[in-house]
Parts: sequence; C-alpha cells; structure tokens
Amino acid sequence: MSNKKELIISKIRDGIVIDHIPAGRALLVLRILGITGREGFRVALVMNVESHKLGVKDIVKVEGRELTRDELNLVALVAPTATVNIIRNYDVVSKFKVVVPDVIEGLIKCKNPRCITNQQREPVKSRFRVVSREPLKLVCDYCGTIHELSDIERSLGIA
Amino acid sequence: MGWLGRDVITVLDFTREDLEVLFTEALNMEKYAKSRLNILNGKVLALAFFEPSTRTRLSFETAMLRLGGSVIGFSGVEATSMAKGENLADTIRMLDAYADAIVIRHSIEGAAKFAAEIAASPVINAGDGSQNHPTQAMLDLYTIWREFSTIDGLSIGILGDLRYARVVNSLIQALSYYRVRLHLISPEPLKPRRELIEFMNSRGMVYDWTDDPYRVINDVDVLYVVRIQRERFPDPMEYERVRGTYKVDLKLIEKAKPQMVILHPLPRVDEIDFAVDNTHHAKYFKQAGLGVPLRMALLKLVLGGES
Repeated sequence: MSNKKELIISKIRDGIVIDHIPAGRALLVLRILGITGREGFRVALVMNVESHKLGVKDIVKVEGRELTRDELNLVALVAPTATVNIIRNYDVVSKFKVVVPDVIEGLIKCKNPRCITNQQREPVKSRFRVVSREPLKLVCDYCGTIHELSDIERSLGIA
Repeated sequence: MGWLGRDVITVLDFTREDLEVLFTEALNMEKYAKSRLNILNGKVLALAFFEPSTRTRLSFETAMLRLGGSVIGFSGVEATSMAKGENLADTIRMLDAYADAIVIRHSIEGAAKFAAEIAASPVINAGDGSQNHPTQAMLDLYTIWREFSTIDGLSIGILGDLRYARVVNSLIQALSYYRVRLHLISPEPLKPRRELIEFMNSRGMVYDWTDDPYRVINDVDVLYVVRIQRERFPDPMEYERVRGTYKVDLKLIEKAKPQMVILHPLPRVDEIDFAVDNTHHAKYFKQAGLGVPLRMALLKLVLGGES
C-alpha cells in the first residue's frame, strides 16, 4: 500500500483486508458479509481511492472477525475484482481473488413471487446454482427462474 | 440410477434409459390395468392435492389400488388443517410418517422439491405451478411410443399456452432425450419463457416457432395441444386477450399427414373442436387411459413391487 493510503487508514493487526473493490461498492460488500457496524469490531472503509488496476477503487478492512472463504467468495457477486488479504500480526498470511461460489444459499431472494422460497411460514432458504460467471447467471434451485446481475443487485437493494 | 426409492420431481432427474425401463414396465402393466396385481400389498400412497385435478389424482389412485396398495389423502385444502393455517412443511412431515410415498400437486413452484427435501419417503411431483409435471410428460412420451413404436425421428408440434403450461415444460425436457423436430405454435404473448428457450438451446434441440398452425400442420407426426392456463395468468385482462386465439378443427387437420395423432393432457376447454374427437387422429382419450398403466409402472418401480 502507498503512503497516501496509510494516511487514511492504519494497518490492522488481525483480520481481513478486501482490496480492489469497484469504486462505490464497499458498503455493499459489508452488506453481503452481514456486517452492520453494530457488532462491535473495528471496520474501516476507504472509498474512491486511486488504483493502478481499476483507476479508482474501494477498500474494506475488518479487524477481529474471522470470515470463511465461502463467506468471502460471496463478495464476488458485487465485487468480482476484489482480492482478500488475511492479516495475522500485521502480516499478510494469505491472499486470494474472490470467485463466485457454485451454490449461493440464503443471500438472494428469488424474483419469482410464486417460488416456494418466497412463501411465508415455510422453513426454506433460497438456493441458487451458478450456471455462468461471465456474464453472471444464477438459476433458482427450486423454481428454475434465471437471475442475472441486475436481478441480484435488485435483490440486494443496489439497483 | 434406476427408480427404486427415488423422488420424481422433474423428468431431468432420470435418463433416457430410465424412461425406457418405465415404458417397458407400463406395457407390461397394461394387462393388469383393469384387474388386480397384489404387488404393493400393505403399502400406502398419500395423495396431497393442494390444487384441483381429475385425471392425475384418479389415475394415481386407480394405479395404487390395482397394485394392491391403499390410498390416503386430500384434494383441496378446505377439509385439512391447512385451512387452520398449517404450513406445507408440517403437512408433508405428517404424510411422510403415515405413507410409503407422497404424490403432491401444488400451485407454488418448487413445492414438490421442497417436500422431497423434507420427506424421507419418495415424493412424486404431480404438478407444481407452471414449472413441472413429470409424470404427465412420461405418459405423453409413452403414448407417442405406443403409437409410433419410436420417438426418435418424429416431428412434434406443440400448440397452445407455451408460457404457463407446466406440461409443455416437462414434455420438452423429456423430448430432449430424443432426436425430434419441434414446431412450437402459440399466440405471441404465450411464447415459451426464456428458461425453456435456453434449455432447448443448451440441449441443441431442433425447433422453430410460429403463431400459425396451418404453416406446420402438414409436417407434424404428433400435434400436442394444451389449453390456455387461465389460472396462471397474473392479469385476467391478459387472459381475455388470448383466449380463443387457436382451435384445432376439421379444417386444420384436413392438411395433416394421415398417421398424424393429436394428444392433449386434458382438461380441454375449447381448443379442440368436439368434431375432431371422432377422427382417427384423436388419441387424447387413449392417452388419458394409458395414465393408469404408466402410473402403475411408476409406483411399482419407485416402491419396489415384485411381480
């Protein structure tokens, strides 16, 4: 990281840094990870900073919370360019690029109102299979309805 | 994978070989469709019909009784605890405790798959919303196979509500296992949904679409007709705009091949003129009759009856 960015946010001791988020999507990344800010651990956001790769980008730092690789891969739905750095004692111990998982459970609402996953009082979570990553295309495992990026963004309250 | 103990949620859960095992068994069952074969003695089939049905429910019931088994269940939710607010999941858990297999029809898409995830016993989808009706498609293919002794190489016209009719969805899935030429015929607003078109493309199926049955009638070996699914239209005005836009009558079938057969999952409203019933092309009542041996074969294979 350049000195300029360090002026904005200091290094974290233990946690994760999600870098290379498309500019303006950091809040969505937090929403996908289920982080509201009320949990108590430290969260830092940087938005619209210069990036060699992207021109401008966002960065999210979360200190003191473990996230599984599966949870982190969900970030790829809204930030396909994101990279994750796992930090232990100020050092990067692992780094990976997020990839959209094969199955996405619970996160997105099916757009078909007649789908079983949209019925109240039934103990069922939404489940989508990813049939294409570029362009992103998911199929509801219950009703077969095709969902594209715009549907997913609408479901997450982005569009 | 075979049939024993399997859920029957979509046609695509099975292979072409599985379907052919089913057809061979159904042919064998035709001998017993009006007698009794005690191979499922002591077994109980639950019929959970949350939506109206005549043929599917009664043919499942008849099939189970002919095989020596028993049937429990309901048709419509008025007389059940769902009228008191019980949910689908709890109803299925109860039926699962009582019966050896559950046949479910529901207006909600994905209801059968959800039921199958809850129940330990096999769940058979007898129609879920506009999505799937696998046993009807199996029956449709069986009828075609009985008429032509083959399915490969045939030209099949599907006329009607290609958007909301679940039988169309399941029929096309089933036909994807065979080398057929499909002519899809519907009014513009009832063209197939994107999901179905993408499915046909992904399977490399040969198909075209027209809104005029006269353009393809001379090419088809099978004309499969479905009614407009009034109950699935989100907007009643939309239904009013398309009702009565197609009809199979004597004038249309004059131009058909001599061996062409007309199938229909029934109920018919007004999309086939009654005069057509008396022609040798009309096979829809025979098709409905074959529903019993086909479902006998299905229940035997799923529940493991030995003959």
